[in-house]
Amino acid sequence: MPETGGRELTFAQAIREALAEEMRRDPTVCILGEDVAEAGTPFKVLSGLLEEFGKDRVVDTPISEAGFTGLAVGAAMTGMRPVVDIMFGDFITLTMDQMVNQAAKVHYMSGGKWKVPMVMRTTMGATRRSAAQHSQSLHAWFCHVPGLKVVLPSTPYDAKGLLKSAIRDENPVVFFEDKMMYKLKGPVPAGDYTVPLGVADVKRVGEDITLVATSSMVQVALGAATLLEEIGISAEVVDPRTLWPLDEKTLIESAKKTSRAIVLDEGYERYGVTAELASVIATGAFYDLDAPVKRMGAMHVPIPFSPPLEDVTVPTEQTVFEAARTLCGR
Amino acid sequence: MTTAAQPREASEKVDLWLRMYRQMVAIRQFEAQVNELYTRALMPGLAHLYIGEEAVAVGVCEALERTDYITSTHRGHGHCLAKGASPDQMFAELLGKKAGYCKGKGGSMHIADPATGNLGANAIVCGSAGIATGAAFSARRLGNGRVSVCFFGEGALGQGVLYEVMNLAQLFKLPVIYVCENNLYTEYTHYSETTAGDILMRATAFGLESASVDGQDVRAVHAISQRLVERARRGDGPAFLLCDTYRYHGHHVGDINREYYRSKQEEQTWKTERDPIANFGKWLVEQKLADAAALDRTQAELESEMKKAVDFAVAAPYPAVEEVEQDVYA
Repeated sequence: MPETGGRELTFAQAIREALAEEMRRDPTVCILGEDVAEAGTPFKVLSGLLEEFGKDRVVDTPISEAGFTGLAVGAAMTGMRPVVDIMFGDFITLTMDQMVNQAAKVHYMSGGKWKVPMVMRTTMGATRRSAAQHSQSLHAWFCHVPGLKVVLPSTPYDAKGLLKSAIRDENPVVFFEDKMMYKLKGPVPAGDYTVPLGVADVKRVGEDITLVATSSMVQVALGAATLLEEIGISAEVVDPRTLWPLDEKTLIESAKKTSRAIVLDEGYERYGVTAELASVIATGAFYDLDAPVKRMGAMHVPIPFSPPLEDVTVPTEQTVFEAARTLCGR
Repeated sequence: MTTAAQPREASEKVDLWLRMYRQMVAIRQFEAQVNELYTRALMPGLAHLYIGEEAVAVGVCEALERTDYITSTHRGHGHCLAKGASPDQMFAELLGKKAGYCKGKGGSMHIADPATGNLGANAIVCGSAGIATGAAFSARRLGNGRVSVCFFGEGALGQGVLYEVMNLAQLFKLPVIYVCENNLYTEYTHYSETTAGDILMRATAFGLESASVDGQDVRAVHAISQRLVERARRGDGPAFLLCDTYRYHGHHVGDINREYYRSKQEEQTWKTERDPIANFGKWLVEQKLADAAALDRTQAELESEMKKAVDFAVAAPYPAVEEVEQDVYA
């Protein structure tokens, strides 16, 4: 990470800064979505962009996720670099034909002749008391589809650098932001830098166990690592940052070094991201593992409203701490 | 075939009419060869023939510039040819050959060609409505004066995304024309069983300029298309054109026994009384703009041209197996 001179931004500010810088750099970048202009989204992530870039580039749409996502696919094919905003990740269900059958396949079906340089930004993450239709983390769905790239930043620094890479990428990229992290602060350099897609980051170096974590689960893993340190277990925290392309090597090398691994992701555990990453580690580090790779994801239930119910559906520092301790035989 | 005494404008019109005649015959001859390839089991997959509907593609595309955009459908060979695709590369694509428009990766239902503004045929019914609208969005934002045409069958009227993008197109005043080819049958079901109310009113409800035309009359289709295209190019916004037409063959080549959904007599009536090529040829002869022998020669020339294109495609090599993983990402 370059020197930031103590400059800190929230996760939301980092996203906004990446968009503003890219829009200044490239006049074909535009934003499309519900309440993105005057409102700056319900999370205020885009506040101020309308004032700088105007209504032609920060475009409020009707509540028509399929329509404006499809429009973005066509615009991307013909010279624009649209960034569509899907307010809640749960609403990606409405865009699936546009993303899965259109955006993801245009390049291949046309024998490489057309390309779709677009970004879909959307949210994920539970524990906001928003119930079953505003709390899901459905990123695994897009990871399953060839032709798409999937990005899950975990810090303000990564969010800015990864979003810039996503916007400059020649492919459709889905960018998942955990809405519970929007207020998270961290160092972010002013000015231009990118974080490449497909390069994992070791967020904490450790010796005894690897915690592979995505998005806000990185923060959970770092918290658990602090608890583990108190009982003498040194945890390494590895963030893949992008689920496709996937930096398998860094995950495998870490697991080989520590000989134990837990994979954390806020998507549903069943048939989810944790299964894929655990398989990568189990295959790649097989002879060096001292324990089966453990997976921790969301419970296989619709996210409930009632706080005590919702809180048990996703991994927490405490549950990760307990699982790691057990895996290390303490 | 024109005399020196005719004013220049009239002579240009005659050139246009003869070109349209030729294009319609080309499409019919192309499709006759497709039928032949399919029945000889030389063509993998499915083939959806455009025979009977030629006047729509030709009348609309002749009103467009080469740089204007189209999107097409599973019944798309006619649109691609009318927009300028070359038959040899099309046949090669239909046979899955490397020399095809999409290197054999797309096939009959996915022909795409940036050189002629063809954003791609689409095998999802209404799948390209978003793409066509997006191309118009970028044309407007980039100020390049292009117009986008979205071809679709009346079956697409059942898809919600069509109404989402028509709403967007009118809100943003986009230069897009939605061309509905009502060939009466949504696969194997008469459209009256699937379509409530009035089709044109669906578009006028959004404020789109809407018109209907005899889709078997290429001069009428061309005239109205020209008006709608000019209007869109001027910045006056989107339009909807309903073309009444008829599919001579089944939903696909294998759909032989059709009497459970339509009578042979109905088919015969359309073929004998409303054939777009025969009627237009008759008119050209009556107007002394062409003689019957010249029209017959055109037919023979194009038949031979199509046979040569088929020979090229049959002889062309398949892609190397290693290409399977190419073009997934740009």
